[in-house]
Parts: sequence; C-alpha cells; structure tokens
Amino acid sequence: MKRGLQENEQEEGGGPSGGYQKSIKWSTKQDGEKELEEQGASWECLPQEILLHIFQYLPLLDRAFASLVCRGWNQAFHMPELWRCFEFELNQPASSYLKATHPELIKQIIKKHSNHLQYVSFKVDSSRESAEAACNILSQLVNCSLKTLGLISTARPSFMEMPKSHFISALTVVFVNSKSLSSLKIDDTPVDDPSLKVLVANNSDTLKLLKMSSCPHVSPAGIMCVADQCHGLRELALNYHLLSDELLIALSSEKHVHLEHLRIDVVSENPGQQFHTIKKSSWDAMVRHSPKFNLVMYFYLYEEEFDPFFRDEIPVTHLYFGRSVSKDVLGRVGLTCPRLVELVVCANGLRPLDEELIRIAQRCTQLSAIGLGECEVSCSAFVEFVKMCGDRLKQLSIMEEVLVPDHRYELDDIHWEVSKHLGRVWFPDMMPTW
Amino acid sequence: FVGVFTVFRGLSAVSTCSQSCSANPTLTTLFIFNAAMKNSDSMGVNTIHWFRKGLRLHDNPALRDSIRGTDTLRCIYILDPWFAGSSSVGINRWRFLLHCLEDLDASLRKLNSRLFVIRGQPTDVFPRLFREWNIARLSYEYDSEPFGKERDAAIQKLASEAGVEVTVRISHTLYNLDKIIELNDGQPPLTYKRFQAIINQMDAVELPAETIISKVIKNCTTPITHDHDDKFGVPSLEELGFETEGLSTAVWPGGETEALMRLERHLERKAWVANFERPRMNSNSLLAAPTGLSPYLRFGCLSCRLFYFKLTDLYKKVKKNSTPPLSLYGQLLWREFFYTTATNNPCFDKMEGNPVCLQIPWDRNPEALAKWAEGQTGYPWIDAIMTQLRQEGWIHHLARHAVACFLTRGDLWISWEEGMKVFEELLLDADWSVNAGSWMWLSCSSFFQQFFHCYCPVGFGRRTDPSGDYIRRYLPVLRGFPAKYIYDPWNAPEDVQKAAKCIIGTNYPRPMVNHAEASRVNIERMKQIYQQLSCYKGLVISVSSSYGESSRDQASLRFACTRASQRTLPQGPLFIG
Repeated sequence: MKRGLQENEQEEGGGPSGGYQKSIKWSTKQDGEKELEEQGASWECLPQEILLHIFQYLPLLDRAFASLVCRGWNQAFHMPELWRCFEFELNQPASSYLKATHPELIKQIIKKHSNHLQYVSFKVDSSRESAEAACNILSQLVNCSLKTLGLISTARPSFMEMPKSHFISALTVVFVNSKSLSSLKIDDTPVDDPSLKVLVANNSDTLKLLKMSSCPHVSPAGIMCVADQCHGLRELALNYHLLSDELLIALSSEKHVHLEHLRIDVVSENPGQQFHTIKKSSWDAMVRHSPKFNLVMYFYLYEEEFDPFFRDEIPVTHLYFGRSVSKDVLGRVGLTCPRLVELVVCANGLRPLDEELIRIAQRCTQLSAIGLGECEVSCSAFVEFVKMCGDRLKQLSIMEEVLVPDHRYELDDIHWEVSKHLGRVWFPDMMPTW
Repeated sequence: FVGVFTVFRGLSAVSTCSQSCSANPTLTTLFIFNAAMKNSDSMGVNTIHWFRKGLRLHDNPALRDSIRGTDTLRCIYILDPWFAGSSSVGINRWRFLLHCLEDLDASLRKLNSRLFVIRGQPTDVFPRLFREWNIARLSYEYDSEPFGKERDAAIQKLASEAGVEVTVRISHTLYNLDKIIELNDGQPPLTYKRFQAIINQMDAVELPAETIISKVIKNCTTPITHDHDDKFGVPSLEELGFETEGLSTAVWPGGETEALMRLERHLERKAWVANFERPRMNSNSLLAAPTGLSPYLRFGCLSCRLFYFKLTDLYKKVKKNSTPPLSLYGQLLWREFFYTTATNNPCFDKMEGNPVCLQIPWDRNPEALAKWAEGQTGYPWIDAIMTQLRQEGWIHHLARHAVACFLTRGDLWISWEEGMKVFEELLLDADWSVNAGSWMWLSCSSFFQQFFHCYCPVGFGRRTDPSGDYIRRYLPVLRGFPAKYIYDPWNAPEDVQKAAKCIIGTNYPRPMVNHAEASRVNIERMKQIYQQLSCYKGLVISVSSSYGESSRDQASLRFACTRASQRTLPQGPLFIG
C-alpha cells in the first residue's frame, strides 16, 4: 500500500498527503478536476452515508484498500458503524492453512474501536497459542459493551487446552463490562459455575441465547442459576448431564419468556455410562409453557446406553443419532416422539428398518426431514414410508446403499416411485465407486 | 555433372553403392554412413505415436489413424528416471507401469515393431526426435487433465515449428468432455445427478476403434537397431532406483493382455450372476479380485469404451434386449464425472483458489497424518485398510470411504489434500482428476454433500466383516484376538490380550483419538461451515435460530464463506430441497 502512495506522489510531484490514486482515468489533470467539481460528480464528494453503505458490502480487506485512497475514505473506514461486528481469526501457520487477522489490525481495533464493538466472534484453530491470543484480546475489551460474543473452535477445542484461570479471567472482563450481553456462544470452553454467576449478575435482563455444549466445568447448579435469573432466555444449548427436572421447571415458570430452542447433547464419556432420566411431567410443563419450542437432541452413545431414553413421551423435534443406534431404539422413537420434525440416523446395522420407519411415518405427523446413513431399508417399505409422508418431506437424504431391492422394486425404478410421491425429482445420495 | 546424393542406412549401403558405381561410373555418389539410426528415413512418412495413458493396441484411434499412409512407425513412451526416484509415486505404481510397457513391447514385437522408451522430458525429447528420425507425424491420445493439456500445447507448438502433423483422438473417456460442459451452459455439472441428466442428452458413445493387428500395420516398418534394448528398452525397477529385495509378487499385474483377460472374467461373473445390481458387501469384497478393472482403466490398458459396449451387449443378452440403465455403467460414469469437473480447473487438486472447493479450516498435523498413512492409528479397521493399500495398491471403495472419512471430517480433521497425496503414491487407479475429486467428495468439501453420516472406525468395519479375517490378514499382530475384540482391542481384558500375545500400547498402538469425541466435535465444525453457506439447502440438523445476532452479524458471517460456492450453485432442480 505504501508503495502505491509513493508512486502517486512521484508522478504528480506530491499532491495532497492522502494521495489520489489513478483509479479514475480522467481525473488527474487540473482542468479535468475542475470540470468534475462543477458537475459535482467526483468520488471524494460521495456523502459519508453512501460511502458507509457501500463499505458495508465490502469484505474487510477490500475496505482496507479503499481506506487508503483518500482522507475522506479513510475517515469513512473508521466510522463506528463499520466496527460493530468483527470476527477475529486466530490461526498459527503450524496448525492451520488459513490466514489470521493481521496483528496490526487487531491492535488498531483495540485502540480505536473497542468501544464500537458490539457483535464479536473469535475463531481459533487447534493450537493453544490461538486460544490464548483470543483471551488476550478479550482481556483488553474493557470499554466494550458487547451484545454478542462467540468463541468458536474451528478444529480441536483449543480453549480447553489453555490454563483455565486465564480463560476465566478474560471471560469475566467481558461479563462485567458488557452489561447488555444478549447472545453468548461458549461451547467447548472451560467456563465454570462462578463465571456463570458473574454473567448472570450483570446480564440477566438481556441474555437471550446461551450456547454451552461440552463445558465440563459447569454443574447443574451453575446452569440453574442462569435459568432462575435470566428470564429472557430463548435459546439454550447444553449437555445432558446439566439437564434436570428443576431446570425444565425453571424454564417453564411464569416469569420466563417462551423458550424457542433447547439443544441437548447426550454424550458418553465411557462405555456403559448410566444416564439419569427426566420426568415426563417436566417435559409436559415445557410444552405447556412454550408450545412451539424446538427440542434438538444429539445422541453420541454406545448402543447399550440408550436404556433410559425413549421410554416416555418426549417433545423432541430434531433428533440426531451420531453413532450406531439399534432397531429397538428407533422403534421406541416412533412411539414416543410425536413432535418429531427431523430425524438423522448415522448408522444402524444390517437388519432392515422397515417397521420402524413405517411407524415413524404414521406417528410423527410433523416429520419433514430425514437422513439415513449406514442402514438398510427394503425398497417396498421405503416407498410406503414416502407415500405416507407425502410432500411434507422437504429433505430426504438417503444413502444409495441403504435401499435394498426386493421383489417389487429394483434400485433403478425406486427413484421414480419416490419422486412421484414427493412431487419432485428425487435421487438417493451417492458415493463415488471405482 | 550430375551428383547423386544417396543416403543409405547402415552398413548394407556399401554393397548397394558399389554395384551402382560399377554399373554407371559417371555417377558421383556420396555415401553418408550413418551410425545407428540417423537420417535413415528421409524418404517416406515417419510417424511417432506417443503413449502416455492409453497403453493398449485395442481402441487406439490416434494410433490407428496415424498409421494410414505411414512408412515407418515408432511407438514411444517418455520417462524421466530422475523423477521416478524423487516423485511421490510408490513402487507398486511404477511396477504396474513397467508391466504395462513390457506388455506393449511384447505385443508390438508380434507386429514386427517395438516400444521405444525414451528417457527425458517431452519438451527436450521431441525436438531431438523430430530431427533424428525425420518425423512427419505425431499422434497421441487426448489428455483432458489441465497439466496434460498444457504439456500437449507446448509439444504441439514444437511440432508445428518442426513441420510435424499432429493427430489427437479422444479415447480415454467415453465422451468428448467439452461437449458435456457445453450442454451444461459452459460449466461442468457439479452434482452427479445433473451429470447423469446431461449424459442422457449426449449422442451415443463412439464405438471402439479396431485393434491394431498385422493387417492394419502391414505397410509400416519400424526401424529397430541391434542395440534397441540398451537404448530404448523398458527399464527395471532397480534401474529406476527402487529396492526390490523382499518385494512380493504383484497382486495387480499390469498390461493390456492382463486387462483384456480380466474383462472377460468380469463379464463372465456378471453373466453367471445374471444380476447387474451392486453386489452385496461381504468380507471377500474387500480383497483384490481377479476381475477388478480400475487400475487398468486408469492406465488405459483397458479401453473404457470397450468395457462400456461389452457391458451393454451382455445386459441386452441377459435381460432380453431391454435398455440398460445408467447405473450399469456406474464405475465408468463416476470416472467420467470427475474428469469433466477437473478438465478446466488447474486448481482442482487444492483447496485454496479452487472455485468448487469449500474453504474448511483443516488442522495441520504431520504427526497424525503419518500415523494414518503408516497404518498406526490404533484402529485395526483403518490400519488394515492402509496396510492393504500400501502392500497391494488397491482397496475397495467402501474401505476408501472409511479411511478418507477418518482422516478428514470424521476423526483427524486433516486436509483432504494430504490424503490425496498419500493415495497418489500408493493407489494404482488414482489419477489426478479422479483422486482429487473423490477426496473432495469424501471430505464433504464439494459437490454439495450431506455430511451427517460418519463412518465409525470400529462399527463400520465390524458390520462389513464380522469375522475379523480381513484384519487378521493384514495385521498379523492382531491374529490372536477373537472377533468380539478385534475391532476395538483396547477394550479387551488383560487376559485376552495376553492370550493373543499382543498388549495394546506395546505391541500395537492405543487408539490415537477418541472417536466419539472427535466425531462429535467435527460434525459441529462441518455444521459451522455449512450454516454459513447461504446457498446450502441440505440437512443442517436444525439450524439454530440466530436469535440475538443482528442482521449485520449475519452479513459479516456470510462473507466468511467462499463467494465462489455461491457462484457454483447447480442450475438444475436436482439438488434436494
């Protein structure tokens, strides 16, 4: 960039210190300039609001180039409105292929714009240094009144690898200074109960979204504190071990707004882990209080660990089985999940899921999306399933290997049958074969 | 006076000369004795056929067409021995290639010709050969890959400078790929479904060209010298710098002869089964079959068009003349699909700068990569597959899915480019387009894949081969484990491990990742990427309502995705949702 400026200065024998680049072919002569000014059509006359609007469409790098054109554009570049949102990308060359946000830019932002920042996210790679760099920046955001904060690991959860105290103190800076946090994403971090208390103490009125899946240092009591105080909470994501009857009741209390979205990750640490059960009455209370809420459940369990689940009716809407799940459990899903909207089965096994699918089509009348990975379904049963669901199936993602030809249908004619019932052209998902 | 310049070939010139001199003493004849082969063919048309892929005499239209009206023919293969030692191509692939060249040489011998293996680089070799052999024609099979097209453009320029006529024919693919692209409004189809739709609109596949037999080649001669083997013989593995001591016999012998034999066996088996469906997977499917054809298609020992027509004929015979469905040609069409997608994209084998590839924040982790490549992950299913790959050069496509998923979006979160490089080294049927395309597909980096299903390195193997025999075959150290524990031996009690004479952590590594944890994290990562794609309409497993995030926040996130992904949205209505 500096080079560009020098070239211009040399060519024009030193113009204004900002330097006009030859971005417009006809703008360098004296007469030309006068002409343009008379017409009122030169670039530097562009009103700041319009500049701002245009700059908002530009990616950061292009905006930075534009800011070097002239003083006016440089001022526009630093307008607070352009610094409300920022995503810090922290990558190390040894652990990532992607570029990081330039350290100089980070310095500038902290110096000039930290009090403009409102919607901030940090994307870190799998190295400890990146996580620590993120926390260093966080610690300096004392003038910030953030509305949104996202701590996102793009590979391994590196926030878990840094010293917990460093993380907590950085996070606390934000919690204390931003009294109007609305949205907080801190999955896969070492956040703990005390820091949640600080969050609640300062932001209970404004907190609407809290995502903290896989935060092992939080206890059910910690999350209860949030549910009890943050009555505006509309979205919550956490792990099953934090879920309790009390929590659901607290979220359904009169003071609480309608919950819109509850995500629960059920993850097994060791094979044979025992999981507690949630009473049907607690779920009923939730549904009564927030009739339209989405209950999203991700299961990462070994087959034998499903015992406590799907025994009673549960208002789950989006169900994802990340590992192999048995025929028996899928049968129970059909019986206990009347609100089911989306179902994804990563793997099952080699026995056909015909009955189970048909039952799901019958009982889960809201089902609109289904994905089947390593499973088996006979073609006839599959066609029957699609027929029963009809065009409410907006997403039908079936691996080609799932469909087992039988006496009625070959693989080649099944896509036609299914397309007929769906009302649109459909093919199974294919994988390359050699 | 009249001076007659007569150029004679070799020593036989002397006797002819003296005869003409004695017959006509007024002639002044200038003898130019040439050593070996210089300038021996100034009369007549001299042709070079350049083998690259297409290592066959059947369905070789470039060769067939260039033979017409030719006086001398030399079939060449150019090989850079320095490159062999330092390249990332492993010993099995070199051996396969050398088998192919030997087979070609043997077949050409039957036609009173030979194969000329020329050491060097094409841009250096050709000017020399054009001169030395007084070449008028050059022929070769069309290479659709970007690097190939660039190289061929350079050679065409050299040829035109030397006044050499170039004959190029398409025979490595079923169709003219540029026509496919044209039919799709100038862009290669990015979903397989769209590709199939375009294929349905194309004209019929051209019939394979007649095989080069004595009848076809009868008017050509090949000038062969007594030292042909020294100068132009097919090198051995040792000559290329490979250590061959202890090398087991090739499971996949190269060459056109072998390819054609396998084709017959392949068709026989299909006819016997009378069923053209995808065969059910069992433990035997994982092993190299004597009917396997993919390496032969890659090197061109087997013509894809011949295979296509033989399949068609067989189907019509068995199914009484009904029209074959596209799925019959699955193997061939996938290959064609990737060639088409790659042909105009020099960055096809990279993530950066590749308009069809998602920019995914893969991890850099050379240690983890090495464990995967060496079969030291601690997951027997993965390690056995990688061992078979390294030993034999081929693995079943489901095995490829398993190891590719493990390396990339399933467990290790390492870039698909790294996996692609390892396959390039070890896999016999991996060529640039198909290898890169398949890796992008399997890592969900492109082609609008559904990413929710993840192959479990324990469960998937167990379901494919419950007995565990495949593991025992390639990982003998685990032979003593019963089927119950062979896929997750770290869970076996101590006494079982002792009985198996294999302690996990000592005789065989512990698992390098916790699959449950790794896959959980990775599916979240994939979700993050896909959620940012405003054009993605597939299963997103419940996008969270972005409550609390301002619309401007969304806007900045949108810029984080590759704008290219938005540009390459498929035109057709075939994408789900």
